[in-house]
Formats: sequence, structure tokens, C-alpha cells
Amino acid sequence: MDASRRDLFKIGGKILVLASVGATLEQIVGAEPAPDAYKMADHWWGMIIDIEECIGCGNCVRACSKENKVPDGYFRTWVERYVVEEGKQPQVESPKGAMDGFPPLTREDVKSFFVPKLCNHCADSPCVQVCPVGATFLSPDGVVLVDPNYCLGCRYCVQACPYGCRYLNPGTDTVDKCTLCYHRITQGLTTACCENCPTGARQLVDFKNPKDPVHEFLRKNMVQVLKPYMATQPKVYYKDLDGSVR
Amino acid sequence: MIAGVDGFMYPNEVELQWSLLIVLYPYITGLVAGAFILASLERVFKVEAVKPTYRLALLTALAFLLVAPLPLQLHLGHPERSYEMYTTPHGSSAMAMFGFVYLWYLTVVLLLEIWLEFRADIVRMSRTTKGLQRLMYRALTLGSQNVSPAARRIDDQVGYIVTVIGIPSAFLLHGYVGFIFGSIKANPWWSSPLMPIVFLFSAMVSGIAAVLLLYVGSMKIRKTIIDMRCLDTIAKYLFYVFVVDFSLEMLDLIHRTYEADESFRSLNFMVHTKLWGSHVLLQICMGTLAPLAILAATQLWRFSAARRRMLYVVACSLTEVGIFAMRWNVVIGGQLFSKSFLGYTTYKVAFAAKEGLLPSLALMLLPFLIFVVLVKVLPPWTADGSAYKTHA
Repeated sequence: MDASRRDLFKIGGKILVLASVGATLEQIVGAEPAPDAYKMADHWWGMIIDIEECIGCGNCVRACSKENKVPDGYFRTWVERYVVEEGKQPQVESPKGAMDGFPPLTREDVKSFFVPKLCNHCADSPCVQVCPVGATFLSPDGVVLVDPNYCLGCRYCVQACPYGCRYLNPGTDTVDKCTLCYHRITQGLTTACCENCPTGARQLVDFKNPKDPVHEFLRKNMVQVLKPYMATQPKVYYKDLDGSVR
Repeated sequence: MIAGVDGFMYPNEVELQWSLLIVLYPYITGLVAGAFILASLERVFKVEAVKPTYRLALLTALAFLLVAPLPLQLHLGHPERSYEMYTTPHGSSAMAMFGFVYLWYLTVVLLLEIWLEFRADIVRMSRTTKGLQRLMYRALTLGSQNVSPAARRIDDQVGYIVTVIGIPSAFLLHGYVGFIFGSIKANPWWSSPLMPIVFLFSAMVSGIAAVLLLYVGSMKIRKTIIDMRCLDTIAKYLFYVFVVDFSLEMLDLIHRTYEADESFRSLNFMVHTKLWGSHVLLQICMGTLAPLAILAATQLWRFSAARRRMLYVVACSLTEVGIFAMRWNVVIGGQLFSKSFLGYTTYKVAFAAKEGLLPSLALMLLPFLIFVVLVKVLPPWTADGSAYKTHA
């Protein structure tokens, strides 16, 4: 009886101490997380994009906008159409971020292709570097996120992003960007944009998963990242990316 | 086709993120740093001729420093969270140190130096005034009533040390503002190791010119004689610093033009179109070459005192326009072109909006109001208009 009372006090004390530092129930009772629970350390997320496969339909833009309630006029992902004529500066357009796709191209004597864009979730991200309060950060599983409850809205990160992926959300007055659908991928789902791509041009990949097709993709294809000279270590890889793309 | 956009901008780039308020920020901090460095000329480098402006320069620096964080604060999406810069500064962010640099400069350098400089006057006024004024001055003494020659000597010695510390601090304050822009590798218009040093020299130029204008204006209002030896000396220093500043800016321009990296075509086009008025005409021609020519003329030829005064006022006024244009061109110019180098956007200043012209004008007037109050509370001159001889 004495021993069990002591145990009771011990557990009670432990609960109090751990609860006071915000511990989870699992930590308090000492239980292991479920075997299929998401472990950040086991993942390193990124995306592969096959330029040849993108048809510029804008499904990804619409899906992202709906899934993440992206405010009108701002984009977590968008698609650009490049029209490249020999010896001339490329003509690029992205009407409403390609929310409604693209008008048909009338010329056939030029090179043209679509380039889906999103946050590159850089491993050496300049946006993370410049945030004065650490509100934007690289998660242990390789996703660049913004804590909307901590962001000041100073927009230094917007200036520092070489890819134009960030904006100030007028609804929250904090900086917003692609989260790689973090709420989905941590539940074992793919991103909204990848799920809705009719041609499989964009695929979520996990570099830490040895069985992920990304390894074969990188081995067998000529791939490129955007603005490699920025040395930001982007994790969005493009297959057959033209040199004119910025 | 998006209104105001030429060519292609990434969709999130169309709207400028840093507005007129962020133009004010480097402009105001520049005035602070420049005014302080002018004050230190007299204190540390023993340039006696500028003594009439010593106290004036300190008060000018304080008036502007008190306002310096306001444009930033107003610009934030969540100003109520700005305390996070102090509680959880992010070590790798160039911006994170602003709060600390600012506090250091305000409290350790400027307030301390002003208090030491004015302490004897504060004590005197705490004894000679009545009512609320007396209470205020008593509070300002901070309980230190001893104004014996020995105590004043200590004030002077500590004040000297504070000024010596203050010079690198002033360099830090504004060089640091330049670094905030210069360290952004994504933006070729900003990214330059010369940026901090260009900002620093332009700060000195704007601060010295501002003190000269405030000195002439104050003397005119007080109807007292302007010390021409002082004015000539300030103008001479302004000329020298301006030559260095202009050389640095031209070096940057020549380097960019000669190197002509992938951003050059885009930036060059911007300078010749959207920035032509503010960069070439306002900043370079009207705000730099014209005042430099005027100041050079006053160094080369003899003019009457009245003519020199007029020339100095014109040169300094043009200088202020030029330096403001420089800040504008850096901040706004750096956001008018796409990081794809394929297009340009437009910036239209709103009027009564949160980051519009009206709050900006109010923020630019505020330091002058503070200056007037400071001059009333802590008079920088004696009854006959001459400078106080408070320190050796």
C-alpha cells in the first residue's frame, strides 16, 4: 500500500512537472509514439518537375489556391510559359499565375514550354537567414515554413527570396508561402498541386526514403535547379530545364 | 497584361513590399549619424570653428533618432510583435541587430553625451525656474547637483570618451543600415559590399548639410549673427565628404557597367526609364553635381559673406534632395525590376494610406517639432547667440 502510494505521488509529480513544461501525454506516460506516426527526422522533402510533361492547364494553381486558401492575386505556386525565339529575349507570361491556364499559342516557329514554380524549400535558404526573429525556419524534414503567430510582417524575407515565392498575406498581415502542403504530407498524403496534376509533371519526393523514385530520376535524367549560382541549395529539381528560365 | 507592369514579373513581385516609409528609415538614420559625426569634429578632432553647431548637432541627432524607428514600426504587419527583435533576435539576420544598435546609440551614446554636455545648465535651470519647469529640470538632473569645476572636468572627460565611442557607433548605425540592403544577394541593385560605406558617407553628407541648414535657420529666426567662420568650415568638410561619397557611388556605377553581369541590361534599362527622373536628374545632376559645383566654387573663388551664405544654403538644400533621392532609388528602385530580369513594375505612392504620403510627411515633420522642443528645453546657445564654452 505504501509503495503504491509512493508510486502515485511519483506519477502525480511527474505529470505536474512535465505538464508545466508543456509535455505531451505520450511523454508523460512514457509511451512510445505509434509505429506509423510521422517522424520528421525520417524525411527530407522536395519536388521533381518534368518540364516536358507540364501542359500548362493550371490545375496545380487552382488546387493549391483552394487547399491553402491563398488570397486572390497571390500565389504559392504558379506556372510560367516561356516562348523562346532564337537570338531574342524570351517572352514569358503567367496570366493570373496560370489560374485559368493559358490562351493557345498561335506561333509554331518558336520554342515554347511551361515552367511550374513554387518555393524551392532551399536547404541554405536566404529567407530563413534574414528573418529577424526566426519566424521563418527550415523544419527538420526540409520544409521552409513561416510561423504566422510570430512573423512581424517586416518582409525582409520577401526581398531575400531570389525566386519571388513569398508575399504578405493581406488577411493575416504576415508573410505567406508554399508549405509543401505540410498538413497533408505529414499525414502521408501528397501535395494538392501534385495530386491534381493530370500528367504527373510534378511529384513530391522524399530524399531520405531509399525507395523513393527520386533517386532513379536524378540518376537517369539531366536535371537542374533554378538559379544555381545563388547557392541556396534548392530542393525542387527540374528535368529538361531550358537555360533561358529565370 | 497587368496594369503598371512592363514585361514579365513573378506574380508575387508586382506589388512593392517596401514603401516610402522604408525610404524614410535610411534617410533619417543617415541624418542622425551625419549630425553626430559633425558634432564629434569639434569634440574629438578639435575643429574649434564648428563649435557654434556642436550642441545643435547633438540635438538634431537626437530629434531624428527618436523618430528613426517609427517608419519601421508603422510599416510592420504586426507592430505589436516588434519586441520579439529584442527577446528572440535571430542571430543570422542582418536586421535583427537593429534594435540593439539603435538602443546602444540612443542611450549609451547620444543621451549620455547630451546629458553630460547640458548637465550644468540643467542644474542651473533647476534652481532658477519655477513650477513644472523646475520639476522637469530637477528630474533631468537625475539627482546629480554637483557642478563644481572638478565635477565638470569629470563630465568633460566622460563626454570625450562617449564621443570617441560614439564615432564608431555612428559608423555602425548607418553602415549597418547599408548592410541590410547590401547583403541581399537576390537583389543585384542592392547586393554590393560598397553599400555600407556608400550609405555611411551619404549619411555624413546629409547630416552635415542638415545641421548647416538648421544652424542658419535658427540664427535667422533668432535674428542673431551667423558665424561665417563656422559656416565656411562646415561647408569645407561637407565638400570633402561629398567628394568621397560621389567617388564611391561612381565607383559602384562604373564597376557595374564595366562588369555588366546578367542583371546589367535590366538595371540599365530601369535607370534609363523608370528611374531616370529620380536617379539621373534628381540624385546625380541636381542633388550631387550641382551642390558639388557650388561647394567647389566657394572653395575656389572669393564671395561676399552674404553670397556665401546663400550658396551654402542652396547647396545644402540640393544635397538633402539628392540624398533623399538616393534613398528612394535604392529602396524603391530595388523593387521595380523583376528578379527574372524580364520586366518592371510601377510604384505609386498612396496619399492617406498607412504607408502613404501623409504619414510619411508627418514622420518627416516630427523630428523638427521634437527639435524645437529640445531647443526650448536645452538651449544650445547663450542669450547673445554664441556657443556655450562648456568643455575644453
